[in-house]
Amino acid sequence: MTFGDLANDPFPHRHLLGIEGLSAASITHLLDRADLYVEQSRQADKKQSLLRGRTIINLFFENSTRTRTSFELAGKRLGGDVINMQAQASSIKKGETLIDTAMTLNAMHPDVLIVRHPESGAVQLLSEKVDCAVINAGDGSHEHPTQALLDALTIRRRKGRLQGLRVAICGDITHSRVARSNIALLNIMGAQIRVVAPRTLLPAAIDRLGVEVFTDMAKGLEGVDIVMMLRLQTERMQGSFVPSIREYFHFFGLDYAKLANAKDDALIMHPGPMNRGVEIDTEVADDIDRSAIRQQVEMGVAVRMACLEALNRTPAVAPPTP
Amino acid sequence: MSERTLFINARLLDPAAKLDRTGELLVEDGRIAALGPHLARDGLGADIKIVDCTGYCLAPGLVDMRVQLREPGEEYQETLASGSAAAAAGGVTTMAMLPNTTPVIDEQALVEFVARRGREVGLANIRTYAAATKGLKGRELTEMGMLAEAGAVAFTDGTHAIADAVVMRRALSYASTFDLLIVQHPEEPSLAAGGAMTEGEIATRLGLAGITPAAEAIMVERDLRLVEITGGRYHAAHLSTAAAIEVIRRAKVRGLPVSCDTAPHYFALNETAVGEYRTFAKVSPPLRSEEDRKAVVAGLQDGTIDAIASDHAPQDQESKRLPFASAEPGIVGLETLLPLALELHHNRQVPLLDVLRALTQRPAEILRLPGGTLALGAAADFVVFDLDRPWRIETGKFRSKCQNAPYDGRPVQGRAIRTVLGGRGVFAAQA
Repeated sequence: MTFGDLANDPFPHRHLLGIEGLSAASITHLLDRADLYVEQSRQADKKQSLLRGRTIINLFFENSTRTRTSFELAGKRLGGDVINMQAQASSIKKGETLIDTAMTLNAMHPDVLIVRHPESGAVQLLSEKVDCAVINAGDGSHEHPTQALLDALTIRRRKGRLQGLRVAICGDITHSRVARSNIALLNIMGAQIRVVAPRTLLPAAIDRLGVEVFTDMAKGLEGVDIVMMLRLQTERMQGSFVPSIREYFHFFGLDYAKLANAKDDALIMHPGPMNRGVEIDTEVADDIDRSAIRQQVEMGVAVRMACLEALNRTPAVAPPTP
Repeated sequence: MSERTLFINARLLDPAAKLDRTGELLVEDGRIAALGPHLARDGLGADIKIVDCTGYCLAPGLVDMRVQLREPGEEYQETLASGSAAAAAGGVTTMAMLPNTTPVIDEQALVEFVARRGREVGLANIRTYAAATKGLKGRELTEMGMLAEAGAVAFTDGTHAIADAVVMRRALSYASTFDLLIVQHPEEPSLAAGGAMTEGEIATRLGLAGITPAAEAIMVERDLRLVEITGGRYHAAHLSTAAAIEVIRRAKVRGLPVSCDTAPHYFALNETAVGEYRTFAKVSPPLRSEEDRKAVVAGLQDGTIDAIASDHAPQDQESKRLPFASAEPGIVGLETLLPLALELHHNRQVPLLDVLRALTQRPAEILRLPGGTLALGAAADFVVFDLDRPWRIETGKFRSKCQNAPYDGRPVQGRAIRTVLGGRGVFAAQA
């Protein structure tokens, strides 16, 4: 690749480790491509051969159904071979280090590694040790770039734009990689971002990340276009950050009363899995006019297809002639 | 027909208005309707009741921000009724009780129970703190938002320090979400463990395990670091040492959102009151050295110490008639709060209005309670007292169910003559 190509390359990156560092042009490119893949995925024949002969490994060190399945479908719809590895069940339990695992997999010549890991920074560490492209499918409380991209695609399709929208991200900001990726993406795309949470779930200096901070839902939701709810990540909590579920729901759970402060056509989003009655009222979650939660899942596959496409560098090896 | 009472010839004292002059105060339908040097008599009607306060002071009812009332759970030591009667006799019209009852006040129903029982008794405004951690165990936070909605004034683990630094950080941080106050018993428990009185020569001579005064400053200093990183509102209760008071003094200069109080025994007594193992002089934190006692007075003089609270802690005979180290700590204080605090005035240590401010305006401000002033339209909660007449404390005459106070026979000056709550007389001294 020459420099000239690099300048014209809409996605000049070897890996997708985070939103941080992407340009507005790269993000727009991915979203534009994903729009096309939404259409492809709605057809009866969903498959094409772009990634024919490519090996994609889903390497998950943390439980996941939704994200893993979404990546698997994305890979298969592009014609790639997808293998799923649930890592805590295998070598890691036997004491193999993360780098050992990376080296072992690298020897099998995969083309893309899709990695989720409970520790922040682990995916980047792994990416430095392998020859293939790496997609971060969530590392600790750091980044989950494809989630932010699918959220952006959902918003763009519903609202027609990202620029200038007022977005409230509500809930467990401290432990959320989704929040960090969304804050980064929405800032790059020119949206106005608010975070709303009890102080115990707001990390230090969060205001330095380009967000407005609220501890009161009614005030935080006032006039917003988008309400993003986050799950309480109890598995990442050491000790008590909130006193009880009922108190949390009372003050920070999204119900119609609190939602009334947002714009009339405000969109409700949630990265899933949802805890009904904790961060979101069941009726609100199922409100087909307001909730984009199921649409987010559909956009997930399309966005991941776009990402796999963007990272596909080498031309497909021609099948051996008989 | 509205009910009206006119208090005349009173020395009106209202620290919030810096008011100290002879005059009259009109109560109408339970509220302060007028006050001034001489109110117009026109149109007041013939049915008006007139109370002559010649020779007496009239000040806002005392707001006692730290009492233990033992109901629910240990009603043999004190009830909301007996505690309210003691408050009325002491000129206290509002008190905030600690959550260390049985069960612990850590859920809404108990906050509401205390408020309802307090209203039924009707001798004082009883407000309650709720526990900062469930069961006062120092681990999990309570439902502070909902407890505050139910009426909890602030959050504290009562006579226990919130010891774990992470829990304290989260408590301050979570409370700040709702702009709520955390009240700390500032004593590093690992340094205080097993101690019975303050560390020093007397403890050594008596062979009692001592508690270093540093246990207090260490906890306050740690807490202030946590206040700095969380922005939480913090109040240090019953300060007893020069070191801790100096720490608060510096924090206030730096503009941190902190306040503190002390109790009369920390400026009226020192460690010598323990004498020959007098368990009535056992308190937590313990009575300190003379140097510390003087520092408490100095803290009140310069306003570093915001409030004076009785720290009323009823203990029955069975809890006190024990070897010193085994005895429970605590002094009953509702009925001696006013005269002991007035010693600061009589000793020319603190101006009268400043003493009263620490008993009324400041605690009301810290807990964001109504009252503590003689403002027009405010509830008519006030005390008429004799500032100068000498008398001797007789613990046997306390209305509290317990008499555990080391003051029996102590000559004092200043006594409540009449206590008025919402315009109603709830106490009148026998002539």
